[in-house]
Amino acid sequence: MVKDKIIQHLIEKEWCKGCGICVHFCPKQVLELDSNGKVEAVRPEDCIACMLCELRCPDLAIQIIENQEKEYEKQ
Amino acid sequence: MKNKKFDFKDYIRQRFFPHIWCPGCGHGIVLSSLLRAVHELGLNKNEIVITSGIGCSSRISGYVDFHSLHTIHGRALSFATGVKLSKPDLKAIVPMGDGDALAIGGNHFIHAARRNIDITAIVMNNRIYGMTGGQFSPLSGCGKQATTAPYSTIDREFDVVDLAKSAGATFVARSTVFHANECKDIIKKGINHKGFSVVEILTQCPTYYGRKNKEGDAVQMMENYKTNTVKIGSKKLEKNPGLIQRGIFVEKNDVPEYCEAYDRIIETAMKGQA
Ligand code: SF4
Ligand code: SF4
Ligand code: SF4
Repeated sequence: MVKDKIIQHLIEKEWCKGCGICVHFCPKQVLELDSNGKVEAVRPEDCIACMLCELRCPDLAIQIIENQEKEYEKQ
Repeated sequence: MKNKKFDFKDYIRQRFFPHIWCPGCGHGIVLSSLLRAVHELGLNKNEIVITSGIGCSSRISGYVDFHSLHTIHGRALSFATGVKLSKPDLKAIVPMGDGDALAIGGNHFIHAARRNIDITAIVMNNRIYGMTGGQFSPLSGCGKQATTAPYSTIDREFDVVDLAKSAGATFVARSTVFHANECKDIIKKGINHKGFSVVEILTQCPTYYGRKNKEGDAVQMMENYKTNTVKIGSKKLEKNPGLIQRGIFVEKNDVPEYCEAYDRIIETAMKGQA
């Protein structure tokens, strides 16, 4: 049995001001700004949950939620 | 709330969000680091009092769900001194802008440090007056552009760390908003320290300081904090002594704390009366 982490990007679009700090400093290029200039997780599967986006967002607009509940047999 | 996973929303007054700070303003990162520090220390929200003065940075007191006082320009430390003397069990935290702390409130700053009262002063240093339109501050330094210095500034800047040290602060540290985790750890240590703690945090004002001095957008300004700063005593300083040092510069535990010293005086006086 191994634990598989499910990483969720909880984004408060109303609070995001599109400064691009999270996009620029994400080591895995997970994030981009959408057509309204709000952040979006476009490659969530690449996220390593390093939390850098959450730590540096000046608007408290992005949170990383790690769920460890999904367990499955390793093939 | 320590055992629960950190969630900003447990510590803020959500009704005031989105906050008023400009896109990319570093002050939000200071807020976030402060909330994380409080969470990791396992402090109860009712144990904390945030006192602030005037300026963009001072708006922080409205956003946190702690006891809070939004007071007058430069005098946040004086109000905090009053609160702390009457309720010494509260953790007193005073976030201030560089102008609020060291120009308008410069006198209060040095005397709070001299007394060693148990307050944590967070100096959010963006080297300019943002709220009032980009005037230069005592932290701007020479050769900088500001709305009040169209031909560049001629005033030298303070070094917050040296000033705090010589005024007698017993905990003095510096970090930047690029180093958000370090920033949180230093705030934690500052809050835990018994005595006057000064935590200087370099934070970008992209709207005025960045634009006036062609330092680029918020992202670029944060990149600069990465390249222009080093840990205390880093080898890189040999080649480049101009780098700004980050870390804990002073941590002294042998100086009496002001509220405790005051309590002893009350005790002595009461005995004299009997
Ligand atoms: S750092 Fe925050 S405010 Fe800036 S783009 Fe990312 S989510 Fe939006
Ligand atoms: S947690 Fe790290 S890898 Fe994931 S989106 Fe944020 S910055 Fe990128
Ligand atoms: S003016 Fe400068 S300090 Fe004030 S909110 Fe805007 S970016 Fe921040």
